[in-house]
Amino acid sequence: MIDFGLFREVFQSLNKNKLRTLLSGFTVAFAIMLFTILFGIANGFQNTFNNEFAGDASNSIFINSGRTSKAVEGYQTGRRIQFDNALYKTLKEEFSDDIEFITGRVYKNVTASFGSEKSNYSVRAVNPDHQFIEKSEMVKGRFINPLDLKNNTKNIVIGNLVVEDLFGDINPIGKYLDLNKIKFKIVGVFVERTEGSDSNEARIIYMPISTAQKIYGNNDYIDQINLTYNQTLSEDQAIAFGNKIVDKIKDIFFVAKNDQSAVRARNRARENQEITQFNGVLAILVLIIGMGTLVAGVVGISNIMIFIVKERTKEIGIRKALGAPPNSIILIIILESIFITAIAGYVGLLVGGAVLNSFDLEDYWITDPGVSTSLVVAATITLVIAGTLAGYIPAKRAASIKPIVALRDE
Amino acid sequence: MLKINNLHKSYKMGDSSLHVLKGINLHVDKGEMVAIMGSSGSGKSTLLNIIGILDELDSGEYTLDGIEIKDLTEKKAAQYRNKFLGFVFQSFNLINFKNALENVALPLYYQGLKRKERQEKAMFHLNKVGLADWSTHLPNELSGGQKQRVAIARALAAEPKLLLADEPTGALDSATSHEIMQFLQQLNDEGKTILIVTHEEDISLMCKRIVRLKDGVIMEDKKIKQNRLT
Repeated sequence: MIDFGLFREVFQSLNKNKLRTLLSGFTVAFAIMLFTILFGIANGFQNTFNNEFAGDASNSIFINSGRTSKAVEGYQTGRRIQFDNALYKTLKEEFSDDIEFITGRVYKNVTASFGSEKSNYSVRAVNPDHQFIEKSEMVKGRFINPLDLKNNTKNIVIGNLVVEDLFGDINPIGKYLDLNKIKFKIVGVFVERTEGSDSNEARIIYMPISTAQKIYGNNDYIDQINLTYNQTLSEDQAIAFGNKIVDKIKDIFFVAKNDQSAVRARNRARENQEITQFNGVLAILVLIIGMGTLVAGVVGISNIMIFIVKERTKEIGIRKALGAPPNSIILIIILESIFITAIAGYVGLLVGGAVLNSFDLEDYWITDPGVSTSLVVAATITLVIAGTLAGYIPAKRAASIKPIVALRDE
Repeated sequence: MLKINNLHKSYKMGDSSLHVLKGINLHVDKGEMVAIMGSSGSGKSTLLNIIGILDELDSGEYTLDGIEIKDLTEKKAAQYRNKFLGFVFQSFNLINFKNALENVALPLYYQGLKRKERQEKAMFHLNKVGLADWSTHLPNELSGGQKQRVAIARALAAEPKLLLADEPTGALDSATSHEIMQFLQQLNDEGKTILIVTHEEDISLMCKRIVRLKDGVIMEDKKIKQNRLT
């Protein structure tokens, strides 16, 4: 059975002592607000950092070729290294255990026209795996498939902005797009959903790599090889794996091991490691900030509870003289403390959230600042517990003051 | 009703101790109206506090309505105060954020009565002291006499066996003092046992018995002819 009388006592005391209630509530609300804002900003900072590296699969390795910078085994410097289908095949077979997806890329700039609309675009000729490495999401139709490669089909997949540019409201699937005077059939439309990726990604045209090799050069050259490693690899293992691939390629093309320009790999594992380290530092920082704010809040609420009990000594004396058992004195003070902290904590959360939302902080490297509700609830509960403890100690003391001493208090 | 035998009480003041009550013997029967007189420092307030279970005795015996008051837990002491005793203080000691009715109802809350019952009873007693119309007023909206009457109503609300008044007229002018004393006499006529601590001679003469304290011992204990107020 809930003792409504007790709650009525608590509410009356809170209501009739508005200034006191407001002051103590303010301390708690302020602590929670600061906590929310600081935590939110730290989170926003982290979001920005993560977004900077989003857009591709987080386990990708991009390998480019260039010119040799060191003479080796009779070869002169300045020799151009050209990737080709044979290399692609070798890598795919030799590292099949560690490779998740792999694709070649051939780049080409084209002028595309549909009806009277005309514009310039980048073409990427790729293998079917490319879709998963770049995280392209199909909104219509399909991506390039193995059959396209086998038959050198003139099928293409276009970004949603290409559709916007050239087709408007017309459904482009099945339509023919003119690329440098050659007609290609559109079989799919994709979008780049990942935040942070620029609009250029949505203006890409994909075609089968075999088709591009045949049409644009009649060779088997590849400009770039992109792959993702198995997610089971640790970051250290992934870095080692990336190095292994680069070494293998250098072997194949007779490139010196210390030649940095002939074969270059951009391994996300390295970046991931940096992000992990950065996030670790940030997490510690956030933890210190959060703890600091909470401690400040706890100290604040403790002070106020001590003050409140001191101020109410006489009232406590009166109540005791009228027959209030010690427990009821303790309970009434603790309940007040809990009500103030819980409600003020919620207010602080709302205000903190509103403050975070009311400023556009993207320019200051802060994206989507915010705090998870569970975290704030945990913080508020911490404060409530602290408030209870902070209230309990002086309340216990107040309850044990002899009523005669309490009554004498002026 | 009340039996005190060889009561001693001293307070520690730093290193030394102050012997306030030095062997008090006092018997009060039901229906008496006793004035405890004495100058300040005579120990009269200390005696009242011990009788009111607000303070503890060092040695001796104290029996209230047949129950020995000794080594009580806080909880038990609170229970006895609530059940047996009603207090009236010089400074009224009303809770200033509660209105008259709520103040009167407070001891009933600690008796565990239901809200409706509390309010009915409190209203009855407030009516008895003639302040039914003031039930929703806060203490700072009341005059001194009205405050003391609310305090009396509060002391009566729990229907105590013994009413203890510590200088009940100390903060009031003489006209209001007489009004309060007249009311206490009426209560006594209805059978309520009343103990009044005072240092005012004319107030003590309105009681039926005067106990004079000096330096912690009873100098004089005599029944008098009550000065009736009408």
